[in-house]
Amino acid sequence: MTAASLTAARSFVATPVRPIGSVEGQRAFAFRHAGKRFGDKTVLDGIDLDVPAGQFLAVIGKSGCGKSTLLRLLAGLDRPTSGSLSFGVEEEGHSRTRFMFQEPRLLPWASVVENVEVGLTGIATGSEARHRALDILGEVGLADRADEWPSVLSGGQKQRVALARALVGHPQILALDEPLGALDALTRIEMQQLLERIWIAQKFTAVLVTHDVAEAVALADRVVVISEGRIALDLDVPVERPRRRGSVELARLEGKILDRLFG
Amino acid sequence: MSFSTRLHSNAIGWLLPALIIAGWEIASRAGVMPANVLPAPSAVAEAFWRLTLSGELIRNIGVSTARALAGFAIGGSIGFALGLANGLSTLSRGLTDTTLQMIRNIPHLALIPLVILWFGIDEEAKLFLVALGVFFPIYVNTLLGIQSVDPQLVEMGRVYGMDRRALFFRVILPGALPAIFVGLRYALGIMWLTLIVAETISASSGLGYMAMQAREFLLIDVVVLSILIYALLGKLADSLARLLERLSLGWHPAFQNG
Ligand SMILES: Nc1ncnc2c1ncn2[C@@H]1O[C@H](COP(=O)(O)OP(=O)(O)OP(=O)(O)O)[C@@H](O)[C@H]1O
Ligand SMILES: [Mg+2]
Repeated sequence: MTAASLTAARSFVATPVRPIGSVEGQRAFAFRHAGKRFGDKTVLDGIDLDVPAGQFLAVIGKSGCGKSTLLRLLAGLDRPTSGSLSFGVEEEGHSRTRFMFQEPRLLPWASVVENVEVGLTGIATGSEARHRALDILGEVGLADRADEWPSVLSGGQKQRVALARALVGHPQILALDEPLGALDALTRIEMQQLLERIWIAQKFTAVLVTHDVAEAVALADRVVVISEGRIALDLDVPVERPRRRGSVELARLEGKILDRLFG
Repeated sequence: MSFSTRLHSNAIGWLLPALIIAGWEIASRAGVMPANVLPAPSAVAEAFWRLTLSGELIRNIGVSTARALAGFAIGGSIGFALGLANGLSTLSRGLTDTTLQMIRNIPHLALIPLVILWFGIDEEAKLFLVALGVFFPIYVNTLLGIQSVDPQLVEMGRVYGMDRRALFFRVILPGALPAIFVGLRYALGIMWLTLIVAETISASSGLGYMAMQAREFLLIDVVVLSILIYALLGKLADSLARLLERLSLGWHPAFQNG
């Protein structure tokens, strides 16, 4: 067996592709030798990444290694300067990619529920949009704050509204750029659990950029480490859910990733 | 703030003017303040009543207000449109902003001799001056407001699939609104100021004309009355702008306790 087929086999075995509606067993997206240059500065250089639909992927790397750049390519905010990015079949009634930023980026002049409705732009309007927005607000535990201004919410609550906005359109792919980075440790763990719960229920493909190795192994099916513009480590996390934080298994994987980052 | 406390703080604002008027009346009656320097408030009130009965006052207020609003509408809408255009398009900004900034440095009242030469003392002269005076605060603040809209929010709007129209009405315009209101209130002040000057120098009707006529006939109570009415009209315009601001910026933390 070649190395490439080994990788493919491993990722297939270790992360049994969960049933995703009609895209069962399909690919969510794939980078092929994708590179990104800004001027003469090469940020990404030959990224090969094949992600099956429904996978929870975590991306780790030192600051400035190009994680946000990778997500921006995925969300269509930028184009690769070399190589390609392809997507699986687009499903009816789903937005393809949603992006959750490090900051909540809520519109201060729109109520909480109106902010969530932004996530339905071009998908639903009027009372249907209101209905769906209220439903998802209930799922993130903010149904009773629907009519308030974002400025009165706490940081964690704002980020939950942003999560609701990202999810209300039932995206096939959810890209998250350190969405929990600015939260305190307890709120962070709460948000991680919320994210995992909704991911299990909605079966989208999640791509989470994070600085927090413990967060990555606690949430993800698979962790990739980016270094010098390439994928330096591609590691499966074959641990049953619900996972117990601080378990020996997770700690061992965490150690492996840290070794690769600082070794 | 509850309604009653707001009423309370409003009432407090009127306390000082009331005291000043009372002191003024007492000073006039005691002969400390000669009537040919400053007539007593009661004399001004009499003049108010006299001119109201003759219909002169209402007519002149009407004429002045119509001029003010027409000039404001012309200058304000051009300023707003150019502010939007230059905030949204770098081409438009590159083309016009330098010129506008240069013109802005000319005090618009310095144009009065030229304006009188062009328009005589017709309506156009007043409209032109008011429009010009109102134009710049609206233009500058609209442009500033659009330029200061958080680019992260604009990017968010794009990512969530807003088209240009939605982006403008849901992200850019609301974001620029606080600055636009600053411009609006400033422009209202300039509007009255310009009109007073223009009407005092050249007019055959309006409040400024009424004051100048009164001066010729040494009707000092009417002169003081005109000045007070200008003050009241200015205050009224500002209050309306504030109300509008409060209604449309309810989301803004600065207005959430008001
Ligand atoms: N628009 C741009 N123009 C020029 N250089 C850019 C641009 N965007 C990103 N870069 C550069 O690309 C590199 C990677 O940036 P990126 O934001 O992807 O890093 P990151 O891994 O997300 O870092 P962090 O963890 O600090 O968020 C940086 O050196 C950055 O300066
Ligand atoms: Mg980043």
